[in-house]
Amino acid sequence: MLYREAGQFKATYAEDSQIFPIRQDKIGFWLLMLVFGAAVPLLANEYWLKAILIPVLIFSLAAIGLNILTGYAGQLSLGSAAFMAVGAFAAYNFILRIEGMPFLVALVLAGLTAALVGILFGLPSLRIKGFYLAVATLAAQFFIVWALVKFPWFSNNSSSGVVTAQDVTILGYTFATPEAKYVLTFLIVAFMALLAKNMVRSSTGRAWMAVRDMDVAAQVIGFRLMRTKLLAFAVSSFYCGVAGALYAYTYIGTVEPEGFNLDLSFKILFMIIIGGVGSIMGSFLGAAFIVLLPIFLDNLVPAIFGDSLGAGFVSNFQLIVFGGLIIFFLIVEPHGLARLWQIAKEKLRLWPFPH
Amino acid sequence: MQFFIEVLIGGLLSGVMYALVALGFVLIYKASGVFNFAQGAMVFFAALTFVGFKEMLAKHLGMDADSSMVFWLSFLLAFISMIVLGIATERIVLRPLVNQPHITLFMATIGLTYVIEGLAQMAWGANVRGLDLGIVDEPIAWLMDNYEIGVSKFDLFAAGVAASLVGLLALLFQYTKVGRALRAVADDHQAALSIGIPLQTIWRVVWAVAGFVALVAGMIWGARNGVQFALTFTALKALPVLILGGFTSVPGAIVGGLIIGASEKLAEVYVGPFVGGGIEGWFPYMLALAFLLVRPEGLFGEKHIDRV
Amino acid sequence: MARQIGDVIVDLQNISLRFGGVKALTDISFNVKEHEIRSIIGPNGAGKSSMLNVINGVYHPQEGQIFFKGALRPKMEPHEAAEQGIARTFQNIALFKGMTVLDNIMTGRNLKMKCNFLQHALYWGAAQKEEIAHRIKVEEVIEFLEIQDIRKTPVGRLPYGLQKRVELARALAAEPHILLLDEPMAGMNVEEKQDMCRFVLDVNDHYGTTIVLIEHDMGVVMDISDRVVVLDYGKKIGDGVPEDVKNNPEVIKAYLGTSH
Repeated sequence: MLYREAGQFKATYAEDSQIFPIRQDKIGFWLLMLVFGAAVPLLANEYWLKAILIPVLIFSLAAIGLNILTGYAGQLSLGSAAFMAVGAFAAYNFILRIEGMPFLVALVLAGLTAALVGILFGLPSLRIKGFYLAVATLAAQFFIVWALVKFPWFSNNSSSGVVTAQDVTILGYTFATPEAKYVLTFLIVAFMALLAKNMVRSSTGRAWMAVRDMDVAAQVIGFRLMRTKLLAFAVSSFYCGVAGALYAYTYIGTVEPEGFNLDLSFKILFMIIIGGVGSIMGSFLGAAFIVLLPIFLDNLVPAIFGDSLGAGFVSNFQLIVFGGLIIFFLIVEPHGLARLWQIAKEKLRLWPFPH
Repeated sequence: MQFFIEVLIGGLLSGVMYALVALGFVLIYKASGVFNFAQGAMVFFAALTFVGFKEMLAKHLGMDADSSMVFWLSFLLAFISMIVLGIATERIVLRPLVNQPHITLFMATIGLTYVIEGLAQMAWGANVRGLDLGIVDEPIAWLMDNYEIGVSKFDLFAAGVAASLVGLLALLFQYTKVGRALRAVADDHQAALSIGIPLQTIWRVVWAVAGFVALVAGMIWGARNGVQFALTFTALKALPVLILGGFTSVPGAIVGGLIIGASEKLAEVYVGPFVGGGIEGWFPYMLALAFLLVRPEGLFGEKHIDRV
Repeated sequence: MARQIGDVIVDLQNISLRFGGVKALTDISFNVKEHEIRSIIGPNGAGKSSMLNVINGVYHPQEGQIFFKGALRPKMEPHEAAEQGIARTFQNIALFKGMTVLDNIMTGRNLKMKCNFLQHALYWGAAQKEEIAHRIKVEEVIEFLEIQDIRKTPVGRLPYGLQKRVELARALAAEPHILLLDEPMAGMNVEEKQDMCRFVLDVNDHYGTTIVLIEHDMGVVMDISDRVVVLDYGKKIGDGVPEDVKNNPEVIKAYLGTSH
C-alpha cells in the first residue's frame, strides 16, 4: 500500500532516467546508506565489522568488477582473484617504494596496474568466446600467482611472498580501528558502486551489453568489439584491483599470493551467480550471501548434527552446499537474488489489490 | 641429447595421461554440448572411491588389500558409483538446464565440481592415500642398458592403457548403434530427437563412459602421485589440452595431450631454471592462450562461421 | 514523388564470395542509387543475405570490388561501414535480448555519442546532457514507429512483429544514409505488413534514406521498389525496374522451378 508510484509523474527525460525513479526507493536507499554509513560503525561490535561487514563490502567491489566483465560484457572470467592479487601487491609496492605516497593515490594506481594486466589477459577475448575464454583466464590465475611468489621483488624479499600492509593514513589521520577502516571501505565501495552503476546505465554499459547479447549486431551498429571488450577487461580489473588492495589494507592486513587462489576466483563467480548476473545491487547481495553462508553453516551444522562430526565434515558440507546452491540458482533463478528482489517489488507495487 | 630425449619421452608419456582426462571432456562435450568442468573432480572422486572401497572390502572381508579379487571388486563398485553419479548428474543438473546457453551449463558444472569434491571427501575422508597397481616406477632396463635413456615402465604402461582406451572408444563411436546415436546427438539435438533417439539415455551412457574414463585416469594418476585433492588440479590441465586439440576431436585430445605434456616438461627443464622453476603450473595455460591467438578453433576443431 | 533519385552510391563489381568450397555468390555486379528503394529477390539460398553482408562488411568477398560514393572501398569492418552511414536489420532478429526497447534503440545512436567512459562514470554535466539529447532523438523514432507503449519492456518479451519494428527503430536511430533491410516483413500478417510497408516508404520519403530491401512477398516488392535485382544460386539472373523483372523469362523459370 505504501509502495506506489501513482502520482509520481516524470516531466523530463532526466527525471525518467534516474537510478531510483520511484520516490519510495530513493528514500529507502538513503535510509540504507545512513544505517550502513553512520549507525553501523557506531553500534556494531568488532567481530561484526572485521569478520562480516568489511569483507562483504570488499567482495562486493570485486563482484561488481566481475559483473562488469561477465554480467554486462558477457566475458566469463575465472581469474578475478589474480587481479585482486595484482591490486594488493601493486598498492603495497607503490606505498613501499615511493616516499610519501598518499593512500588513495596508491589505491588508484593499484587499480590501474590491475587494469593494465587485465587488458593484457583480455587480448585473447578478441578471438575467442565462452568457455574457451574462461580457460584462457585460468592462465592469468595461475601465472600471476606464480609470478608474485617467484619474484621476491614484489613482496620486498619476504619469504614465500607474504607481505604486511602498511598503515593506512589519509591527510595525517591513521585508520587503525575497525570502525575507521570500515567507514573508509564503505565510502570507497559506495563511491565506486555509484560509478559502476552510472557506466552501465549509459552508452558504455549499452556497448557492453550489446556485445554480450549479439556481437555481430553490435559491430554492425558501429560498436568496436576490441575497444568495448578491452574496456570491460580494464574496468573490471580496475575494480578487482582496488578490491584486492582494500582486502590487504582494511581487511586481512597480511596477505600472500596463494591467498588469491582459484578458489577465491570461484567464490567471486558464485557471488554474481547467486546475487544476480548483470546487476550492481546483486553484487552486494551475492557477496553478503557468500560471506554469511559459511558462518551460518559453522553454527548450524553442530547444532543439528552435534559436535562429533568434526571440522572436516563441516568444510565438505560447505562445498556441497555451495555447489548445490549454484546449480539451484542456475536452474531456478538464473538472475539471482537481485531478480527475486525485483519480483518482490513488483508484487508489492500491486499489493494489496492485485487486480 | 640423451637427456633431451629422456625429458621428451617422459613428457609425451605424461601427456598421454592428460589426454586420458581430456578424453572425458571431449566425450561429454560431443554428446551434450556441455563443457564439463567437473571432469577433474570426477577423476578425483573415482580414484578416491576405488581406494575407499579397496580399504573397506579388505577390512570387512578380512582379505589382503592387494589381492586381485579385492582389486576387481573395488573397480566394479567404483565403476557402478560413477554410473550412479552420471545418472544423478543427468537427472538433477542437465535435464532442468536443457536448452540453456552453454555458458550457463558450464557454470553449473563448476557448481557440480564443488558438490563432487565435497561428496568424495565426506564419504572417504580427505587424507592422502597411496595406490599400488603392481607396476613399478623404474626405468626399462633394456633401453637404459643399450641407449642410456631412462623411460619409466609405469609411464609406458599408462600410455598403453590410454592408447587402448582411446582405440576402444573410437570403435564404440564408429561401429555401434549407441555410437551412431551419439554422433547424431552431437550433431543436432533436435534432429536426433525427431528421429526417435532417446536423448536422455544417450546422455546417461555418455556420462557413464566419461565416468569410466575418469576412473581409469584417476587410478593411473593416483598410483603415480597418490590419491589426493591435488588430483583435481592435475586434471584441470586437460583444459589447455582441449584448447589445443579442439573440443570436439578425440584425436585432438590425444595430440593436444602429447604437445602439452612434452612442452611443459621441456620448458620446466630448459626454461624453468632461469625463472625460478615451478612453471609447469601455468605453462600449459599460457601455451594454450598463445595458441588461441593464432588458431582459435584448435588443431582439429572445426572453423565456426557466424551466420547472420 | 517528392524525392529525386540521385547518383550511384554503392557500386558492386564482379563480387564472388566463397565459404570453403561453397560458392555463395558468383560474379555479381549491380549498383544502388541514392534515395532509391532497391530490392534483392530470389529463392531461398540464393545468396541475398550474403549480399547484404558483403555491403556492410560482415563478409569480405574473395573477388570483386565495392565502390562507395564513387571511391573504391577497401576491405572494411562492419563498424566502419556503420560509420559511413550504413545501417541494417537482420533476417533472424538480432536485437539485444537482455536490454529494454529503449536501450536497444539508444545503441543505434552510439556513433553520435562522444562522451567517454569516465564521463559516463561520473554521469554529470556533459554525459547526462548528451544522454538526454539523444534520448530526445530516440523518442522521435519511437513516435514515428508507434512503439511508445513498449519503450521500457525487455525486447525478449515482445511478439515477433514488434521485435522487427524495434530492430528497424534501432537502425533508424543511427540516421543512416543507406538502410539494409533483410526480410523486414517475414512472418507477419497482412496488417503488420501494411504497417511495415508504410514505415519503409515513409523513411524513404521523409529522410531520403536509400533502402536496400530483401523481401519474399512479390506484391510488396513490385509495389514499392524502384529497381529489383534477382539472384538465383548465387548468380544474378535479372536486374531492372519491376515490370522488366516480372517479364524476364529467366526469373520466371527460377521462381516456377523449371528444371535447369
